[in-house]
Amino acid sequence: MDTTEEKSAASVKIVDAITAIVIFLIGSLVMWDSIRLGAKWGSDGPEAGYFPFYIGLILCLASVVNFIAALRVRSGESFVSVSSMKMILSVMIPTVIYVGLIGGVGPVPALGIYVASAIFITVFMKWLGKYAWPITVAVSVGVPVVFFMLFEIWFKVPLPKGPLEAALGLA
Amino acid sequence: MEEINSLMQGFSVALTPYNVGLMLVGVILGVLIGVLPGLGGANGVAILLPLTFSMNPTSAIIMLSCIYWGALFGGAITSILFNIPGEPWSVATTFDGYPMAQNGRAGEALTAAFTSSFIGALVAVLMITFTAPLVARFALKFGPPEYFSVYLLTFCSFVGMSKGSPFKTIAAMMLGFALAAVGLDTVTGQLRLTFGYTPMLKGFDFLIAVIGLFGIGEILLTIEEGLAFKGAEAKIKMRVVIDTWKQLPKYWKTSLRSSAIGCWMGITPGGATPASFMGYGVAKSMSPNGANFGKGEMEGVVAPETAAHAAGTAALLPMLTLGIPGSPTAAVLLGGLLIWGLQPGPLLFQEQKEFVWGLIASMYLGNIAGLIVVLTTVPFFAAILRIPFSIVAPVILVICAIGAYTVHGSMFDVWLMVGFGVVGYVFKKLDYPLAPLVLALVLGDRAEDAFRQSMLMSQGDMSIFFANGLVGGITALAMLMLFWAPLKGVIAKLRGR
Repeated sequence: MDTTEEKSAASVKIVDAITAIVIFLIGSLVMWDSIRLGAKWGSDGPEAGYFPFYIGLILCLASVVNFIAALRVRSGESFVSVSSMKMILSVMIPTVIYVGLIGGVGPVPALGIYVASAIFITVFMKWLGKYAWPITVAVSVGVPVVFFMLFEIWFKVPLPKGPLEAALGLA
Repeated sequence: MEEINSLMQGFSVALTPYNVGLMLVGVILGVLIGVLPGLGGANGVAILLPLTFSMNPTSAIIMLSCIYWGALFGGAITSILFNIPGEPWSVATTFDGYPMAQNGRAGEALTAAFTSSFIGALVAVLMITFTAPLVARFALKFGPPEYFSVYLLTFCSFVGMSKGSPFKTIAAMMLGFALAAVGLDTVTGQLRLTFGYTPMLKGFDFLIAVIGLFGIGEILLTIEEGLAFKGAEAKIKMRVVIDTWKQLPKYWKTSLRSSAIGCWMGITPGGATPASFMGYGVAKSMSPNGANFGKGEMEGVVAPETAAHAAGTAALLPMLTLGIPGSPTAAVLLGGLLIWGLQPGPLLFQEQKEFVWGLIASMYLGNIAGLIVVLTTVPFFAAILRIPFSIVAPVILVICAIGAYTVHGSMFDVWLMVGFGVVGYVFKKLDYPLAPLVLALVLGDRAEDAFRQSMLMSQGDMSIFFANGLVGGITALAMLMLFWAPLKGVIAKLRGR
């Protein structure tokens, strides 16, 4: 669906190679930690690192093959175009802020899952969907209210709550 | 016929009004999950799993397995009407289903798809009813080496059956094993791969991985495609249903072939997705109408749907009898069993008769309920698909966050889910398969235990995996699967000579 004129943010080749390198590093990390714990045969049988050591080893070997395979690809096929990348970031960044707002991280206050969800849906619909206020508010307030009823009242599964619920005496 | 008696008892368990109600709720939720992008069988069940913690296990599994059947049915709706596979296993259904819908035969295509799904599932359930008790009885003799060789076979089958690079399959799988190793080692009490970071102590829960990899990852992929849903009208009239049913019997050969492919691919963990492609491919090469495939041939809908549903159902056989799930969704159901305090495996058939046979009976009933629900409610679900993605996407993301939080009531898990989402997106685009990763994460600890116990038995001698005919046979089969791709090349060369 993407045309040739569309600018590519990264080629498949590069992302594939980087992924192989990252997996190789994870594999080495697993092997290193396994050796630290002991990956040999102890007095009472295999040590804690015995099995994970081989997992790490196979992980490293497989990623070497994947790395070479990635480099041998000649076509400059695009992994993601600039415009798609923008779309993805415009979803990922609000999502990360949303998760931050649920529990609070650093300067971000903890609002609880219901209020955070309402803000998240509002931002998403206004910013990406360009909806009118009435429908935006209806969805962004309606959905958390339904979830509140479902989880807190019907199934009695407590979810993170913030100052609003406390003020309303619902927490 | 002991099985028939047990099954009848199962029906009496499953047929209480409460359980039938749960079945209907499950099927409807399942179809909804199957229709919506970003929610699929595996992560849908994972998200709803925490809601069942307080239910009794039999009712809980009836509801969750019905969600699974619903999702299997639901995938076909989007494939046929919108040319968008709601689930990976319904990709092959788009090949002929969408052309049929464009020719104004949407009702026929949907009826054919649903009915074939039902038949595929029915064959697989019959297979489970009669072979599961035998397999379970046989598996009672299994010791640690046998179990490890079965795990080996499971994972080697993934490598042998992988469509893309086998090394990517291996890397994804080993990543799953590595993630499974994180946390407290139960045998030695040592901390592995935690690097002094406390939240890592309990390790990675695969439910979080499933929600992130399949849920968030899928949403990101969908957003990138910039979805605009433009679909054919969906209405199924009773007359069309009956007319289609009259035509279906002539495809009995295709149905039978696809059911067999599906059952086989479900038991060996190929899963529903490769089964649907294989079913389609085999039908195309063997059917007299093969040349018309891709232009809107009903047989091209029957073949993949039958195979996918048979595989999805058959995946529960190894899950119940050996505790080894044949698909990510079966893995999530297995996780449920453990949470409800049931140990999956051969003993389940002796100690939890009511549970096992209640579940098997509910498979028959759930699929009948599923068929009725989808045939009558297609317009409703098609309408849901017309809701713009910028409304559906944030709601699904909220559902995923809630789902991840409720697993352990931990915010760390929600962050992990976001991380897994990014990994899922990258892996999907680079053709790293996600199913082996999830299964390795689920089975990692138990595969390791089986390996350690075997090593203790033999004092570190690997020959224990070839010690007798049974374990040696399974290990040899595993090796055959592992080297299947190069072997196939050699065989083809020898033949060509």
